[in-house]
Amino acid sequence: MASNASPASLPRLRVPWAVVGVTPFMVFALLFLILPTLFLVAGAFQDSDGGFTLTNLGKLWTPTILSSYWISIKVSVASAVMGAVIGAFIAYAAVSGGLPHWIRPTIMTFSGVASQFAGVPLAFAFLATLGRQGLVTLFLSAIFGVNIYAQGFNLLSFWGLTLTYLYFQIPLMVLIVTPAIEGIKKEWREAATTLGASSWQYWRYIAGPVLLPSFLGATLLLFANAFGAIATAYALTGSSLNIVTILLYAQIRGDVLHDQNLGYAIAFGMIVITGLSNLCYILLRVRSERWLK
Amino acid sequence: MKSSRLGHWLAILIGTLYFLVPLAATFEFSLRKVRGIYSFEAYRVVLADPHFQASFSFSVALAIVTIIFGMAIIVPMAYFVELRLRKLRPFIEFITLLPLVVPAIVIVFGYLRLYNSSSLLPLTNSSLGTNFLLACGYVTLALPYMYRSIETGLRSIDVRTLTEAAESLGASSGTIIWRVILPNIRSAMLSGAFLTFAIVIGEFTFASLLNRPAFGPYLQLIGANRAYEPAALAVMAFMITWACMGIIQVISRNAAAARP
Repeated sequence: MASNASPASLPRLRVPWAVVGVTPFMVFALLFLILPTLFLVAGAFQDSDGGFTLTNLGKLWTPTILSSYWISIKVSVASAVMGAVIGAFIAYAAVSGGLPHWIRPTIMTFSGVASQFAGVPLAFAFLATLGRQGLVTLFLSAIFGVNIYAQGFNLLSFWGLTLTYLYFQIPLMVLIVTPAIEGIKKEWREAATTLGASSWQYWRYIAGPVLLPSFLGATLLLFANAFGAIATAYALTGSSLNIVTILLYAQIRGDVLHDQNLGYAIAFGMIVITGLSNLCYILLRVRSERWLK
Repeated sequence: MKSSRLGHWLAILIGTLYFLVPLAATFEFSLRKVRGIYSFEAYRVVLADPHFQASFSFSVALAIVTIIFGMAIIVPMAYFVELRLRKLRPFIEFITLLPLVVPAIVIVFGYLRLYNSSSLLPLTNSSLGTNFLLACGYVTLALPYMYRSIETGLRSIDVRTLTEAAESLGASSGTIIWRVILPNIRSAMLSGAFLTFAIVIGEFTFASLLNRPAFGPYLQLIGANRAYEPAALAVMAFMITWACMGIIQVISRNAAAARP
């Protein structure tokens, strides 16, 4: 009973200070994060006079806008899935041992760098690598006589952009999924082997199900990461590749659609897509944390 | 076991190639400016460009403002949430994850509509106001990373005991944060700061749409108009990112070593 009394009297004395400490952050979040987002969401449901309408959302179903969403989704899905699979392999190889000790910290540091190396400079790097005058392009044509551009490759295309995005997607996956892979305990494998499980059975029934939520969750995070990206694509392709972020950028710059509320609707559509993928991510993370405590 | 080790080596090798080849290619490309020989001419041209100097220093200054402003609002919040307002934590987690949900271009679109010249709070009217808005945007972008590193730092020390000890010696809340908590989470804050720096320094979307003369839009402009200078800039940008991450590593290693 005595222990009950002191915490109860403490907060009454201290809460004002705590409120003072938390308030600036709350005000900031409201002004610069929540209100701007809500403003666009509300605008998506308003006509130019401020009345409620669904026509803005209806107007999203035009070929230009739909195709821009579609290309964005394709690039994001492709780079997320490939990034997740490759990243998980690299993380597993780095964590599970058998390699010299220095490899793991090196990979983690490098992943930290490469996952942040995005935006405009990344586009430059890939132009210098796989552009028409890029080192790899020239190398392939000089050594193997293969002109990849004559073969139909183009850096300013779906595959080119996906390949470029993988440069930050794979390291990001390594960073996110490593703790989950570390959470797999050696004893599980030993126990499974003792009970006569094959390697396939171990992966199918034990490690796989434990890792799956983290893996899927990380994939969704990569998806949202690629979906909202613009700088790399813009610096790489100018506005020749019609992804939704570039469309929105052009709309904000010059109102190319001649309809402000349609711009809000495009933004709203993006929030819905990244919001859904993040919601699934959170649900999956809650599930995966049960095992990794 | 032998074959799986081979697989591991293969995964690492392919990964290494994929990540090192573009770096090598970019570096090689950046040296090609003078026809026929390798030279650092592209670097010389870039470094001598007054627009480079101006935009780079602008972004460095902005990054510093972002870090100080961000820390000033996030540290007290994280401290009090950890100490007394645990119930708020899920809500705070949600807020700090929002910038990963709402794409940067959507947030800046909202800013342009909410704070334009005909709004209640016309921040974009003056360049000072727009710079402030840009810094706020960057705090928003860096929020998930800053909050996470500070929160990790706070969890690794015993906030409650430290606070009670300081209180019993008569310290006020401000004194406790400034003289007890901050020194104890210094390495976590520095990690967050350098990560923020790496994010802010080449950021394009916010700076471009708010029309500020920052490094990101400058990079984009050079990329659209020059051949070899972009590669030189990419090499420099990579080295800056590398330096930031390297410093974070050193800081956290030292912090781990300092702990008994």
